[in-house]
Amino acid sequence: MLNAAQIEALSRLARIQLDARETAALVTQLGEILNLVERMNAVATDGVEPLAHPLEIDSRRRADEITEQDQRANLQHGAPATEAGYYLVPRVIE
Amino acid sequence: MRSVFPATLKGLAAGLARGDFTSVDLTQHYLARIAALDPRLNSFISVYPERALAAAAGADAARARGANGPLLGIPYANKDIFCAAGTRTSCASRMLDSFIAPYDATVVERLTAAGMVMSGKTNMDEFAMGSSNETSYYGPTRNPWNLDCVPGGSSGGSAAAVAARLAPAATGTDTGGSIRLPAAFCGISGIKPTYGRVSRYGMIAFASSLDQGGPMALSAEDLALMLNAMCGFDGRDSTSAPRADEDFTRELDAPLRGLRIGLPREFFDAALDPAVGSCLEQALAVLRRLGAECREISLASTAYAIPAYYILSSAECSSNLSRYDGVRFGHRCADPANLEDLYTRSRAEGFGAEVKRRILVGTYALSAGYYAAYYAKAQRLRRLIKEDFQAAFADVDLIAGPTAPSVAFRLGQKAADPVQMYLSDIYTTAVNLAGLPAASIPAGFVNELPVGLQLIGNYFSEAKVLNVAHRFQGETDWHQHTPSWIGST
Repeated sequence: MLNAAQIEALSRLARIQLDARETAALVTQLGEILNLVERMNAVATDGVEPLAHPLEIDSRRRADEITEQDQRANLQHGAPATEAGYYLVPRVIE
Repeated sequence: MRSVFPATLKGLAAGLARGDFTSVDLTQHYLARIAALDPRLNSFISVYPERALAAAAGADAARARGANGPLLGIPYANKDIFCAAGTRTSCASRMLDSFIAPYDATVVERLTAAGMVMSGKTNMDEFAMGSSNETSYYGPTRNPWNLDCVPGGSSGGSAAAVAARLAPAATGTDTGGSIRLPAAFCGISGIKPTYGRVSRYGMIAFASSLDQGGPMALSAEDLALMLNAMCGFDGRDSTSAPRADEDFTRELDAPLRGLRIGLPREFFDAALDPAVGSCLEQALAVLRRLGAECREISLASTAYAIPAYYILSSAECSSNLSRYDGVRFGHRCADPANLEDLYTRSRAEGFGAEVKRRILVGTYALSAGYYAAYYAKAQRLRRLIKEDFQAAFADVDLIAGPTAPSVAFRLGQKAADPVQMYLSDIYTTAVNLAGLPAASIPAGFVNELPVGLQLIGNYFSEAKVLNVAHRFQGETDWHQHTPSWIGST
């Protein structure tokens, strides 16, 4: 149902590099999964309101007060590369 | 040190309170069992003997000062999806293989406050995406009842650890059946609470409108004890249910006379293994003897739960897992050429095949031009499924059926066929879409493998679900069977 070019386009959107072998397998597997998913079309859902959340609760609000303390060092401890409190990535602007 | 300890949390609490043994004795006992037996099961990803023994000594000291409590000093195994400060929290993914949690999940914080001792972190399907525990980066967990079979997933390590008596109880999470399916396959008890009962703070996200933590143990009574400690409103989880704390043991012994149990005809369909079906017939006969009346009901829309679930959960997963970018935490590829290369290669190397499949399915379902046909359609079905349950609960107090269409299958049997694997969850996903509480309890054996009975309650009726499960366990001994090779506990 999805061809290799479409799988490759999806992989770019999802930022996951795929090799040719993975792409070929996904053509079959995603096709089978989408066949399963197509079963939904057997049910008429016109006029049914989409349900995003089981309890349909409203987002809770709280006073606009600072509740978090600075944890930068703790949270950056496991980062792959940091310097002076910043995350390091490859050069973006030449 | 005693050679034999009680099996249940209830029994262990009584022994600790009487001074029959200490928490350090007990913790050493379970650590020794893990060391001796887990090489055959692979149910733990990480074990923390020093940390556990220090916590146990702390519990003993607290008891000496007069502290008491139903869980004080009792060890538990923690699914490796819950952050525990200072320990690796991998979610069974290469992506988080070196991730040390910088804080405690609310569940961990609450169990620690109740005096429980975390012995280690249990194996699972990668990011909780799987029904067999075979997608773990650390290799599959094996079923204690038959080492060639899967334990179910995704909380398969927790289920196998409890079934093999490597821990008296464990945490699990259930997005589409991940507590109930492994509980059924391993012959233990597990409950997925109502969505919003157990805080998701510090529980690594898969599909946020479906994910729910819960306990796994050897009896319904033990589930109630552990649920008491795990549940509670948490301001740090935006979907935490704002409800007062409850005692889930309060109705355990209530009589079942007049209880109306609905049996969905869609759950007793052609997909159900007839041998599993006859076990369930006998289980329902036990409930009838206790005074319950069973009647057939219909949950017609649940036939579409699997496709709706795989669209919604994959869509939410593709969004949630975008955080793994190789920048802030987790795996980073070597020598990235540029930022794009950093993202795409880190994610390619860090995620396993099933996680990639789901991210791609979710990306597709949410992409321009397909959103209405897939995502919005699945959300509409979700409402119909919820309404089916609500209509049923107008006439019945509880819904009963199989947890799974079969007993545990063999390792590798479904691993190459994602759709066959997804159909393992045919009776469990509708409950997550509706957000209802549901338990799985042992109800017999087929080919020497355990069968699970699923009990589904209305919103926030965990006490009723556990009441029915507890009364059933008062009349049966399926929950007390142990695999022969694991020895006496």
